[in-house]
Order: sequence, then C-alpha cells, then structure tokens
Amino acid sequence: MPLNHLPPMKRDYSLDIRHLTRVEGHANIQITVRDGELLDARWAVVETPRFFEVMLKGMSAERVPFLTSRICGICSISHSLASIRAVERAMEIVPPVVAEKTRLLAMHGETLQSHALHLFFLVAPDFAGTSSVLPLIQSHPELVRAGLQLKELGNEISTVTTGRCTHPVSLVVGGLSKAPDKQRLLQLQAMIQERKPALESACAFLLSLTIPDFSRETEFISLSNGSSYPAIGGSLVSTEGVVHDESDYLLMTNEYMQEGSTSKFTRLSRESSVAGALARFNNNSHLLHQKAKEVAESFKLKPVCHNPFMNNIAQLVECVHILEDAEELIKTLLDGELSEIKTSFASKAGAATGAVEAPRGILYHHLEIDEKGKVVKADCIIPTTQNNANIHFDLHALVQQALREGKNDGEITKLCEMLVRSYDPCISCSVH
Amino acid sequence: MKLKIASFDFTCCEGCQLQLANSESTLTDFLELLDIRNFREISSERLDDYDIALVEGSISREDEVERLLKIRKQAKVLVAFGTCACFGGVNSLKNSFPLDETVREVYGDMVIETLPVRRISDIVKVDLSIPGCPVAKEEVERIMVSLAKDSIPTLPKYPVCVECKQRLNTCLIELGEICLGPITRAGCNAVCPTGKTACLGCRGPAEELNMPAFLELVKERGLSLSDLQEKLAFYNAFEPLATDET
Repeated sequence: MPLNHLPPMKRDYSLDIRHLTRVEGHANIQITVRDGELLDARWAVVETPRFFEVMLKGMSAERVPFLTSRICGICSISHSLASIRAVERAMEIVPPVVAEKTRLLAMHGETLQSHALHLFFLVAPDFAGTSSVLPLIQSHPELVRAGLQLKELGNEISTVTTGRCTHPVSLVVGGLSKAPDKQRLLQLQAMIQERKPALESACAFLLSLTIPDFSRETEFISLSNGSSYPAIGGSLVSTEGVVHDESDYLLMTNEYMQEGSTSKFTRLSRESSVAGALARFNNNSHLLHQKAKEVAESFKLKPVCHNPFMNNIAQLVECVHILEDAEELIKTLLDGELSEIKTSFASKAGAATGAVEAPRGILYHHLEIDEKGKVVKADCIIPTTQNNANIHFDLHALVQQALREGKNDGEITKLCEMLVRSYDPCISCSVH
Repeated sequence: MKLKIASFDFTCCEGCQLQLANSESTLTDFLELLDIRNFREISSERLDDYDIALVEGSISREDEVERLLKIRKQAKVLVAFGTCACFGGVNSLKNSFPLDETVREVYGDMVIETLPVRRISDIVKVDLSIPGCPVAKEEVERIMVSLAKDSIPTLPKYPVCVECKQRLNTCLIELGEICLGPITRAGCNAVCPTGKTACLGCRGPAEELNMPAFLELVKERGLSLSDLQEKLAFYNAFEPLATDET
C-alpha cells in the first residue's frame, strides 16, 4: 500500500522544497510528519542579503530614492516614495499638490501591475494545474489576454507618471522632476475605459474557482487615514485595535532574527501578523470605491477575513478600486495646471519615517540625515518581512488541517505552495 | 528553431528578469522565439538542457559561485543580464564598508555569510553583456532576434548624449547638474535625462569615451566633484576619480 494511502494516524510525510518557484526570490518550505504527527513546518528565507541599510550610509539624501528603488524590481515606486516621504518629513519639505496626486497615481499603476503579475502569472497556474502561465496561452487565451492587458495598463500608468515602470525616473525629493504629459494622460484615460472589460472577465474567472477553505485567526496591520483607501502615509493600525503614529513604526514591527533565515520576522499583539491587500481590506474596506465593494461582496469577502487564500481576492478587489480611483485622479490632473511640480528646499538635519502601502503591504523607511544632507542611519522594514511569521504558523495549521482531512502527499504539497504564493512574497525585497 | 533559454538570478532585485514579462503587446510574439527551459520566477518546470543562460545579479555568497559554475558548464551562451551582473551594480556600494561591520549593522550578532560583491565576469567567462538597471526590453528583444538568426548581437558604442539630443531634451549639464550621459553607453533611449534626472551610468562606459574632456567640463562649470564621485560609484560601472582629482 503506498504511503499516502495510510490512515492519517500512521502517516509519514516530508516536504523539502528548495527555492520555491513562481515567487519573487529564494525561499524553502520544509515539513516533517512522523506517525501522523507534525514535527516541523518551516518557512526559511535563504535569499542573499544586499545590506541596503549599510550602502545608504553617507549618501546624499536626494539620491536615496534612486538607490532604495533598487531594493525591489516589482515595487520600486513604493520604495522610492517611502524614502522620499522620509526625507521630506525629516527636512520639513511639503511637495506640491500636483506631485502628490501624480505619486498616488504612480502607486496605483505599480499595484495594478504587481497584482496582475501575481494573479495571472504566478497564481493562475495553480488553479489550472499547470507549471506556469505558458500552457495557459493555449488553454485559457482570454484569461491570459485579460492579465496581460491589466499588467500593461499598470505599467503604462507607472511610465506616464514616473518615466519608467521599473525603477522610476522622475520621482524626486520635493515633488517631481517632470510633470506627466497631458496628451499621455488622455490616452491613459481611454486605455482604462477600454480595459475595464478585461478586469470584469478576470473577476468572472476567479468567481468560478474554489478558494481553499482554511482560516487561522491573526492580526492584520495596515496604514489608515480615515478618509481614503490607504496609499502614502497615515496612522499605523491593526485589527486588534492597536493605533500608532507613523513615526512609531518600531512599536508596530518588533523585528527579531530567526535562525536559518536571512529575512527577519516581526510580531505585534500575537505570535504573528499580516500586511498586504487583505490587511488593507480588513482595516479599510469601507473606503473602497463602490464598484470594488460590490466585487468584494460577490466573493463574500467581509472584514475581518482570516483566510490567507482570500488575499488573492483582496488583490482583485483592489484592482477594481484602482481603476476607478485612477480615472478620478487623471481627471483632476487634466483639469488643472501641471506647472508647479517641485518645492525647492535647502538640506537640513533631521530624522523621520516614511510609510507607504506597497502592493504587498505596509513598507517603512526610516532615515536619519545630518546637516550636510547625508544619510547617517537607515532602516527599511519590508511587507514580506512582516508576513514571514504568519506564513510560518499558517503552514503548521494548514498541514494539520490537511492531515485531519486525509489529504494525500501531492495535495498537501500543492496546498503549502499555494498558501505561500497567496501572500505574494517578495523575498529579495524582504532581505534587501 | 526556438532558443532554448533559462533565466537565473543571484544577488539582485529581479527587476531585469521581470522586464522579460513586460512590453505585453509584443509578449506572445517574443515568447514564440523562446523555449523556456528553466525560469524559477515564472515556472515550476526546471529543466537543465538549455543553450542560453540569462544571469541576473552579482555574486556575494559561496553557494552562488557554485551555482554559477554549474550554469557555465551547461550554457553555450552565458549572458550577463543587467547592471548587477555586468558591473556589480548598486550592490557593490557594500564593498566600501568592512564586512564584519556591515553584517553587525543589519543582523547584530547573528552569523550571516556574505562576501564582497563581484561581477559575473569575475567568476566565469561571459559571452554577452546586456547592461541596464533595469535592462531595456526593446534591446533584449533585438538581441534575442539576433541570437535566433545566428547573427552577432551588438550594443551601441556611442554615449547616451546622442539619444538624448535626438529626443530634443534640454541638456542637464547646461542646467547645472552633473549627468553621466556624455560618458555612458547608449541603448536606453536616454530615459533618465528625458525624465529630467541625471544619468547615473547604469549601462557602463561608452566605447567612444573621452573621460578627460568630461572631467574638464565638470571643473569648468564649477560643478561638485564629490557629487561626480558619488554618481560614478553608484553602479560600480566606472573607475573612481583619482584622489588628486577630487
């Protein structure tokens, strides 16, 4: 009798995935079950560290966003803006309104691109039972086309607002180095209209899928500003009722080291917590655009949702919100003058935190700057770092549930991989 | 014949391999050229019978050296893909700090293995370099077509300035800012100066390079040499200025 047909009480099972595929960066999953008992379930990040906090030392504050954007190839705009916010707060620089609106639009583009990449390229193959998106080009052409259209739209929004979709060019301390071109904003407006059906068909496809039924109660952390769905700056809040000022990010993160992992772990009120689309939704769903609320309802997604697989759906809901909000932002930019884009400033000493909602969750950059405008100390805390502990404890609970349900080895392996992917981990970013 | 290709990443942000999935409107045609054998970020399939290896990132740990040597053995064409692979990239900024202090600053007393950052060509023979932070997808497409047609792919020899002039931009140096456009290899369509920020030289030195004249220009305009030094060091793609020059 093959091992995986033994009754759950007697089972042995081990999983040792080195360099999990279809995620950004390098990490391993190791699980050991003996005689039906879970001995170990481990999430280990083995990515090579780059030491950005050290590289930043002595760098001119104005150059910082160009370096920190290189922390991540997927969320470079968020890193750039977290640094810019930290510098501007440290030096008491207030950017012009046009710059603020353009930055928000840039973040929308990045999040749309990132969510589309995740949902269509990394997650969809799990549901279709293929090893990658490539076979889906033949088997699910409309789905792939919808995914590509949305990803392209996200990239185009980022390009129009920042000059380039990866590693932004025109986001600078004080505002923008160049205003977005009105002609291209007009084209974007048309492109958004044209691509809404792609998002609708994506919603229909995801509605047809069965999301794994698994929940483990945890704490969700995000930004919150009380008036709009969070993106740049605000209070730090959790679903356990914790509220802190942006500057008190260390009280929210409590980083610690984990043996065998080059990425740190964090905690707040419980053994673990979560950042990301589901955390933003759980804390701010009332601030979503009406259409996004309707999509959430169609998936029966309600706050506080503790099923990590629903992070995929929260991302989809955010895509709907982004298209609506981006349209409004573009309209405002087109209706106004785009001449005042940068506040001039003189360097001065200071220290401050910049927090933004990167696609994968709350991102903190803290910078201390001396009177010559050079960085003395830097600290970056990445969303995936804040999800490591939760992934770790979820793996325990998920394997135990799967053993109780009598799932076979292949099914358990697939569920574990899908669980990790649903967090959309950005591993090289978390190690930085 | 499709190109049997694999993509690997080392110490980096993975932004260059992500460009492969960009330019969505031409993506399915681009993929027609390729038979993707191994690409961890997008596929669970891992096959070892590839001809072309795109290698992204720099090298900063011993296990990376071993992985890279294995890739070199298999690949007929090993491509240093992006600025980190070609020059070490921003990661090289770490090399100006003592390693033990670097680890302590980030990890305290925990033991973390890390080596000084090296470029791919410091470890193995590189057959082809595609610089850029990130790489420009149009250039990657052009080079892949060359490889598929068995012709020799080339990079522009002239500096970014040529492309910048073609785009009718106002020169940033004229506006009082040091821009590395005059000394950096073109091929990016001058994307940074077009966005009114200085070129930081991610594509490395142009082949037709006149460094003394550039230095003279910076001095003549009374621009900051320490700013120039910071810019030249940013991607580790240029020699630092001699101390008597700063």
